[in-house]
Amino acid sequence: MTVAALAFAYVGGWMSPHRLSPARMIAAFQQVNGSHPGFRRNHAKGLCFIGYFDSNGAGQQLSKAEVFAPGRMSVVGRFALAGGQPFQADAARTVRSLALRISLPNGEEWRTGMNAIPVFPVNTPQAFYEQLLAARPDAATGKPDPTRMADFLARHPESARAVAIIDSEANSSGFANSRFNSLDAFRFVAASGATTSVRWAMVPNEAFAADDPTDPHERSPNYLFDALIAQLHQQPLQWHFVVTIARPGDPTNDATQPWPVERAQVDVGTLTVEHAQGEDSGACRDINFDPLVLPSGIEPSDDPLLSARSAAYSRSFTLRAGETKPASAVQTPPAPSAERP
Amino acid sequence: MSAAARFTTLTRLLHWVMAAIVLTMLFVGIGMVSTVSGRYHGLIGIHRPLGIAILVLAVIRLVNRLLNPGPALPMHLNRLERFAAKASQVVLYVLMILMPLIGWGMLSAARYPVVLVAGVQLPTILPQDPALYAVLRQVHTVLAYVFIATFIAHFGAALVHAWIYRDGVFTSMAPWRARPSSRQ
Repeated sequence: MTVAALAFAYVGGWMSPHRLSPARMIAAFQQVNGSHPGFRRNHAKGLCFIGYFDSNGAGQQLSKAEVFAPGRMSVVGRFALAGGQPFQADAARTVRSLALRISLPNGEEWRTGMNAIPVFPVNTPQAFYEQLLAARPDAATGKPDPTRMADFLARHPESARAVAIIDSEANSSGFANSRFNSLDAFRFVAASGATTSVRWAMVPNEAFAADDPTDPHERSPNYLFDALIAQLHQQPLQWHFVVTIARPGDPTNDATQPWPVERAQVDVGTLTVEHAQGEDSGACRDINFDPLVLPSGIEPSDDPLLSARSAAYSRSFTLRAGETKPASAVQTPPAPSAERP
Repeated sequence: MSAAARFTTLTRLLHWVMAAIVLTMLFVGIGMVSTVSGRYHGLIGIHRPLGIAILVLAVIRLVNRLLNPGPALPMHLNRLERFAAKASQVVLYVLMILMPLIGWGMLSAARYPVVLVAGVQLPTILPQDPALYAVLRQVHTVLAYVFIATFIAHFGAALVHAWIYRDGVFTSMAPWRARPSSRQ
């Protein structure tokens, strides 16, 4: 009996307080960002949208997932800024994200969260945790301590390389012309059983325009979101869903490493974002964009970040589901004071 | 109770198969919520189909129990021991049926697709309600600890019957036939 009890205690982690549990990971977000009940613990500031995905059928050669059969599927999604502060001011350098829930005709769902950076800054959950704490604001100055981040990068050369790649890419002027990348690899399973390692991206139809730091609108705390809402009032926005196919030897378990640019790409369809919805009552509010909610035909790769994201998102969702959420920073229609001409 | 008084073969089979599944399930459950490692996804993939298997088997077992109650408890047990034996069995039956339903219900309330195995999805059994999900998720955890405690107590009591009382209660459920013993 004692053996059984001890075995439970061991598996449950009570004997290993340093094990990185979902609860510990999410507690770190709270430590860094403060307490914001009702909000997602990361990517806390966001905006819901509804739209649809038009599959062109080209993905069927790679995956049997019904999402790739030709046709239109409804999408509930969310644009957001990385970080756990729901009222942070929009800034060009803050990582932008795009999350989707695609509803397949057979009742399955595909949920995916993508970021507008070319690679991820870390490649393990432990490094993510360390990076999160290294970036926490110093108690005295209220700003991150640069020596802590330098220490982290010195201990994680893969992160230093990734940060250099991220910093070398120019920020685009808004959400509408951002390219959103899966960063993590996945495996597509074809009807024949053949598997293909892939990453994917949402490539904007809007032409790239570099962020202009002298633009006076950037003084508005919601300028990125308000611009997006204004654009969606004019017309829907579109992204091409582009799948990149790995070659043998391309790293599938290391999101800090880019794949060579000459890798084959398949355009599998078009995402159309129709209407913005403030997330206080928007359809995305109650969705956990767990990257491991996958239809049959798409499987996780050996990337260790995928399980960590799934586990941590679940913890975040469980916490916020039991809390009362105050009004979000971004509203539709935008608050008059923040409205752009 | 004579050494020959045993539960039926079906009852014993259900008992031991479910014992193995429930023990596995408890370890899978407690393990998966304690880690962000790559094991998390695999453990969740086991947790859901195993939970539904327990639900189905538990219902079959409950019907079987009503049809084949099995041998009575030996006379030497005092009232407290009788109560503990009955109550722990009721708790185990209730948990075997309730825990999978709570798990299924909480995923439904959170509007997660209830995927058993790739391509096999269960319908939702509750309306979308995050607050309800949060409560059920908490209840699932609390009852998991009750389950573990009751499982260990049940296991301990079985050993007491087998090694100390030697009253035939253990052999009545044992997968093997009791050897003739001069002590009985």
